[in-house]
Amino acid sequence: MAINTEKNSYTVVFAVLMVVVVGSLLAFVASGLKPMITENQRFEKQQNILYAMGVNDNEGDSDVSFVPTTEVEEAFSKYITQQLVVNGTEASEKENAYLIEVQKELVKVKNGEEGELPLLVGEKDGEKYYIIPMYGKGLWDAIWGYISVDNNMVVKGVFFDHAGETPGLGANINQRFFMDDFKGESIMDGNTYEGIAVAKGNNDPLNNDKDDNQVDALAGATITGNGVTAMIKESLKLYKPYLQTLRTN
Amino acid sequence: MALLSKKDANLIKDPLADNNPITIQVLGICSALAITAELKASVVMAISVLFVLGVGNVVISLLRNIIPAKIRIIVQLVVVAALVIIVDQVLKAFAYDLSKTLSVFIGLIITNCIIMGRFEAFALGNGPWKSFLDGIGNALGYGVILVIVGFFRELLGSGTLFGMKVLGDPIAKTGLYSIGYENNGFMIIPPAALIVVGIIIWVQRSRNRALIEEA
Repeated sequence: MAINTEKNSYTVVFAVLMVVVVGSLLAFVASGLKPMITENQRFEKQQNILYAMGVNDNEGDSDVSFVPTTEVEEAFSKYITQQLVVNGTEASEKENAYLIEVQKELVKVKNGEEGELPLLVGEKDGEKYYIIPMYGKGLWDAIWGYISVDNNMVVKGVFFDHAGETPGLGANINQRFFMDDFKGESIMDGNTYEGIAVAKGNNDPLNNDKDDNQVDALAGATITGNGVTAMIKESLKLYKPYLQTLRTN
Repeated sequence: MALLSKKDANLIKDPLADNNPITIQVLGICSALAITAELKASVVMAISVLFVLGVGNVVISLLRNIIPAKIRIIVQLVVVAALVIIVDQVLKAFAYDLSKTLSVFIGLIITNCIIMGRFEAFALGNGPWKSFLDGIGNALGYGVILVIVGFFRELLGSGTLFGMKVLGDPIAKTGLYSIGYENNGFMIIPPAALIVVGIIIWVQRSRNRALIEEA
């Protein structure tokens, strides 16, 4: 080779060229694929929201299957009847409220600023579902989900997901044996706001007791479980004033 | 193996047995501990590493004569990181469901020492075809151990394989559980992986005593 690869000037030129080439390549790939990725994420949101209100393709008792991507748009407009933004005890309609980034809004509201808290109202077989998006942190990374309650704040379904919890441990929050336990639990204890705790050693592994505001924890995933507890409690607290106005008992 | 000369074939065969990256070179232990609680995760990680190491080795090998020695490690990192990001983006656009399962591991690949190790030890000094075979061989050697560890940890720890209940239902007490069998919770935490890897190392070295290092 005629080029002296040991020279400092060569090293610098090589580094600069490498950064420019790799940088433009990645930028090109990312911007080229962005529309498809955004669309996929929108479908995923719709699938998750529908899952929380029990609209899914589950077969058997351990399967988690969403409405197929090709049909989700249609199903979403069929089942979701209202998209609201909640402010204290008030709620107003807002188009595509489900696309609001809950993560940012929750931070705003917690800091005492004004934020938009989306609430989706779904209807299935004549029953109403109030679906609330949640966002929190697990052991390694973000966790989020949707919870649907009836007008007495009893849970009708949940969906959880995570960015990077430990496979086999915390990652199991998106499995049926964990999510299904929440059904029937209330976020209220009488008239006090309680949330739902992911509890270790509550002597109720089959979750028969629906009045204890607790579900059985995942072994080996204490911090992820605590994250879920906190996420539910912190997110739902902000909706409680509005949900309170819907109560019939 | 008529396709490959004997020397080339050894590039693939060696890492699978007597020069295994995990059990002999003791590289890539970090991911072997972290993600092998489930068989599915092990398989997915093995496939991802296969791709990145195969392609990465070829890229580094093609560039080997123009990479300045002083910054070669940085160049290697850039190549791995760029490959990993491209894989991640393409999966997100075309196989979104798969990308969700993979997201944790894709990031982990960048830090996998086997990849840097092969770039440094092999691709920088050999041609693209040989480097490609070496990459595939090492990724397979890594994958085999991952799958073995994942198999035992999921079977003994959760009583499942690929998420299917092969030993019966622990809550309803069917199958093996009806005669008092219990899942071993210890198997799903990372130290158990170290013990399984240790047993593999033990078995391998007692079968081939030449592998035992001088104390």
